[in-house]
Amino acid sequence: MVTELLKKLFKSVREYKLPSILTFVFIVLEAVIECFIPFITANMINSFSKGVDIKEILKSGGLLIVLAFLSLACGGIAGFTSSKASSGFAKNLRHDMFAKIQSYSFSNVDKFSSASLVTRITTDVTYCSQAYQVLIRIAVRAPLLLIFSIIMAFIMGGKLAFSFIVIIPFLGGGLFWVAQKAMPSFRRVFKKYDKLNESIEENVRAQRVVKGFSREEYEKEKFTTASENLCKDFTRAERIVALNAPFMQACIYFNMIFVMLVGSMLVIKSGGTMINVGEMSAMLTYGFQVLMQLMMINMIYVMLTMSAESMRRIVEVLDEEPTVVSPENAVITVKDGSISFKNVNFTYSDTAEKYALSDIDLEIKSGQTVGIIGGTGSSKSTLVSLIPRLYDVSKGEISVGGVNVKDYDLDTLRGNVAMVLQKNLLFAGTIKENLRWGDENATDEELVAACKLACAHDFISSFEDGYDHYIEQGGTNVSGGQKQRLCIARALLKKPKILILDDSTSAVDMKTDAKIRQGFKSYIPETTKIIIAQRIASVQDADIIVVMDGGKIKSIGKHDELMETSIIYREVYEQQMGGAVNE
Amino acid sequence: MSKQNQKPQVKPKLDPKTLGRIIKLLFKFYPVLMPGICICIVLSSFISSLPSVFTQKILAIVTTNLQKGETNWTVVKQEILPLIAILIALYIISLILLTIFRQLIAITTQGFIKKMRIEMYNKMQHLPIKFFDTHKHGDIMSHYTNDVDTLNELVSRSLPALLQSAVIVLTVLFIMLWYSIWMTLIILTGVVAMVFVSGKIGGGSAKYFVRQQVSIAKTEGFVQEMMNGQKVIKVFSHEKQSCNDFDKINEELYNDSYKAHAYSNTLGPIIMNIGNILYVVCATIGGLFLLLGVSNFSISGLPFTVDIVVPFLNMTKQFTGNVNQVSQQLNMIIMGMAGAKRIFALMDEEAEVDNGYVTLVNAKIVDGEITECKEHTGLWAWKHPHGDGTITYQKLEGDVRLFNVDFGYIEGKDVLHDVSVYAKPGQKVAFVGATGAGKTTITNLINRFYDIADGKIRYDGININKIKKSDLRRSLGLVLQETNLFTGSVMDNIRYGNLNATDEDCIAAAKLSGADDFITRLPEGYNTELLNNGANLSQGQRQLIAIARAAVADPPVMILDEATSSIDTHTEAIVSRGMDKLMEGRTVFVIAHRLSTVKNADVIMVLEHGVIIERGSHDDLIAQKGAYYQLYTSAGDFDLE
Repeated sequence: MVTELLKKLFKSVREYKLPSILTFVFIVLEAVIECFIPFITANMINSFSKGVDIKEILKSGGLLIVLAFLSLACGGIAGFTSSKASSGFAKNLRHDMFAKIQSYSFSNVDKFSSASLVTRITTDVTYCSQAYQVLIRIAVRAPLLLIFSIIMAFIMGGKLAFSFIVIIPFLGGGLFWVAQKAMPSFRRVFKKYDKLNESIEENVRAQRVVKGFSREEYEKEKFTTASENLCKDFTRAERIVALNAPFMQACIYFNMIFVMLVGSMLVIKSGGTMINVGEMSAMLTYGFQVLMQLMMINMIYVMLTMSAESMRRIVEVLDEEPTVVSPENAVITVKDGSISFKNVNFTYSDTAEKYALSDIDLEIKSGQTVGIIGGTGSSKSTLVSLIPRLYDVSKGEISVGGVNVKDYDLDTLRGNVAMVLQKNLLFAGTIKENLRWGDENATDEELVAACKLACAHDFISSFEDGYDHYIEQGGTNVSGGQKQRLCIARALLKKPKILILDDSTSAVDMKTDAKIRQGFKSYIPETTKIIIAQRIASVQDADIIVVMDGGKIKSIGKHDELMETSIIYREVYEQQMGGAVNE
Repeated sequence: MSKQNQKPQVKPKLDPKTLGRIIKLLFKFYPVLMPGICICIVLSSFISSLPSVFTQKILAIVTTNLQKGETNWTVVKQEILPLIAILIALYIISLILLTIFRQLIAITTQGFIKKMRIEMYNKMQHLPIKFFDTHKHGDIMSHYTNDVDTLNELVSRSLPALLQSAVIVLTVLFIMLWYSIWMTLIILTGVVAMVFVSGKIGGGSAKYFVRQQVSIAKTEGFVQEMMNGQKVIKVFSHEKQSCNDFDKINEELYNDSYKAHAYSNTLGPIIMNIGNILYVVCATIGGLFLLLGVSNFSISGLPFTVDIVVPFLNMTKQFTGNVNQVSQQLNMIIMGMAGAKRIFALMDEEAEVDNGYVTLVNAKIVDGEITECKEHTGLWAWKHPHGDGTITYQKLEGDVRLFNVDFGYIEGKDVLHDVSVYAKPGQKVAFVGATGAGKTTITNLINRFYDIADGKIRYDGININKIKKSDLRRSLGLVLQETNLFTGSVMDNIRYGNLNATDEDCIAAAKLSGADDFITRLPEGYNTELLNNGANLSQGQRQLIAIARAAVADPPVMILDEATSSIDTHTEAIVSRGMDKLMEGRTVFVIAHRLSTVKNADVIMVLEHGVIIERGSHDDLIAQKGAYYQLYTSAGDFDLE
């Protein structure tokens, strides 16, 4: 399974293939050199043991220095290329994921929570790039060094090298056992850790409630219990891993004693012909090497398995296919703002039993003002979101300007249908920058005109820095009503043929609300305006008002007609106007 | 505001003060285990540097015997076996110590992290609301995630490694001096070079690692914003632009990450190869000394022989290895320090001060006098100790008065000016006015989320500054505009208002607020688990639970901030009914958005720019034909947000 994930992820390596391969090459070179070094140092020590042979020392010394410089060069280059490769891989992964997410349609977006997408792009990618770096640096080097070291040990040490045959399976098995044992508990612990952090976040968000109810002590107790619990699990897992070091050390010690004892015996018995003192100390070095490499291989194994989950989560994002895409030979102009729904049915998922919308037939002429009213769950928002193809109809057909919406280029369609969403958002940046989302090239005059129309100009001017006023992330430093008006202005700047306001003036006072609608009538008469509202007053003077209930259109008509014919409409009207009428 | 262009000036440094504080805390939390760990590390490292002496001796014995032409193993064995025995003994001791301190470190670091986390969290509960209003939640969170993680790394790996290496280096240094001071000086020169290089490169690496952290945070912030606004992006076909913006930030992150890793990846090869060169230099000079017969200069006074040169060569390796190990930890140490510094900064934040001494107690009336009692009687009293040692009791009634209150969030910038409001027990006060007029601010002052700048607020005749904050807040119910629920069952969430409430009390409160109806229709009823701030409920349903939560607390005074959010008429009617029920028989301060609320209020305060411009009942104010009349006739309701 991991190999399949890797195959998909490796597609993002692209221009960083060269540094990756170079890393490979130079790391291998460095490993080869590293293997020769003990060979030479053994030589040097030997040249001491037979009386000081300065020529021999200088010869080996010169060679060693050359090798050191070579190794430095290789190691240095590999250090750079591997950093480039792994950071670049991470960059490409993030880019690919972000671009993919941008291509998602609404139904794709609904599938993932935004928090989970953020973790996938940041934490998961970091894990993957770390694993990648380990992979290109150590995954080749460690087994190579292991094999080299064993071969060299056999060449130099002869029988002495048999100690490895005892140690390697022992240590390998031991390390594997620890990893096997520790990994599941770590996975469990990390899940708990996430939960704990979620509860902290909850506490931070709800501080007013905590303080308001004087629940500080209660919260502390709750958190202490959770932390104690986590700490216990964490300690258990860490204690298993802590066995690694003594275990490894024990193997090294065993090798030392073995080499010392058996080595000395062999040297003495053979009179230094079979093996010499220099070889003996080289054997110590190789022994250490072999064990280190085993440790490294174990580390790769742990890292890859631990990051498999991250890989899976990334691939999931990359594999998700956008459900709404532009057709080939798409229509790139919208004639006018007329809209027609023909027998439209819609469900959010194929498995849903009930249609969110059923049997919708609606004709809207270009330039009309349409009001839509209905309770929560009556699918008002769903109805309008089908017009700019935020979702595709399940059955039936919607046309804009006489052309099926599915035949339009998506940018064209959405460029001509401006929608102010119910859950609207401003982005961190100045007011100007936010407004220019509607039209990148809008002049300052155009901005002001749109804001005047949306009744936003006055309050913007009251800011010290006017249109350069900085909006915090999510628009938290302007009031709800101001935010809504800015969002309307932003939509107006698109100069759309169709303007949809999905409950976009709920926080604006009625006087301003009326003024905005009046403005629409006089300044953008040819634009089709669709207004979803809770307040009857907002739709009262529309050309047609659509009353919705349970995903169906219950009645269509003007205000006066509906007061006569629609019970729902009249009830809502009386409930809302009751107070005022009495006065 | 130039929020986008903040390029943090990061100067990574080893900060002895922070380090000292970490170590002090470690010893404070584990006064027995910590010294134990230190002793184990020191002993184990010390012992593990000794074997080189014995191995060298063995090698020397073998060499001399070889030179003598001795090939009888039994003879040589006599000399070697005792040394091997000592080696084995040393190894076993070292292994035992190693095992012990590794286990202890696993135990103490996790315990330490836990304690730090709890201490931070506990401290946070006592920080004033101002702290939460002025810090980004993501920022506060990163104390618990990134910072704790780096601190964990520092305490569990870097610090022990540092100590271990230090001891080994010192021991080896002593052994070297014992043998030969000349040779030691040569090695030390090499080590100085290594330390210099690690300082330079390691410092650079740390600098970029810290920068990388900042870039990651920035990327995270950007992605979060874009993910939340994904639908807006679609509607505006803004995909390409946001991709381009992302690429810019992404490129920055790539740069920092590339540099950070490039520095740290090249450090190892450089140190190791300086070590190799040092090895050659030692061997050559050692050889020359031997040839030239340079006389030795050492603590031991041993003559300069092959048996000294060869162990030196091995010690060179040991030295190099340890310097390399420390240099690899440098990043983690610097990042851990930065994390610790932020954690300490949070812990050092000034807590909410509470000088209140008037407390809320259960009371009963004995012979017409209020007396304190342990059991819950339904009657509450303020216990007021006086300077002369006497204690008076004052019945909790819910009489709240504000006298000429001034307040500003930032000094010198008044948000409220000369506000006076009197609410007798059971009276309802409604605040209306545009956003920013100061409605919410007034309610923030009554429960002392913020303290007034000038004026006085009295509760049942007692200055609220004298009342213990927790008791003051206990006597004030709270329903906020924005509903916050907790992970846990619906029942737990309602009980949050009063931890002593029985299930029946909670259900009764839910019935009162009109929440019972939908709760019983949930799959698990009152035991339904709420996740992620009750994301599985609708907005209206969440409000109903918040109302029930306030109802079960049953305080004499309520502070209500009516929601303006668009819930449909049907749910809104239920919520309104719940709110009205909650207000019955209590003193109420309500930030009103509904006409019925305003009409039912005993007095309406119309606020404008922090000043009460009109006050009176609905009918009075309508008759006045002032600002209220204007609002009322133009809006028809008070959705003025």
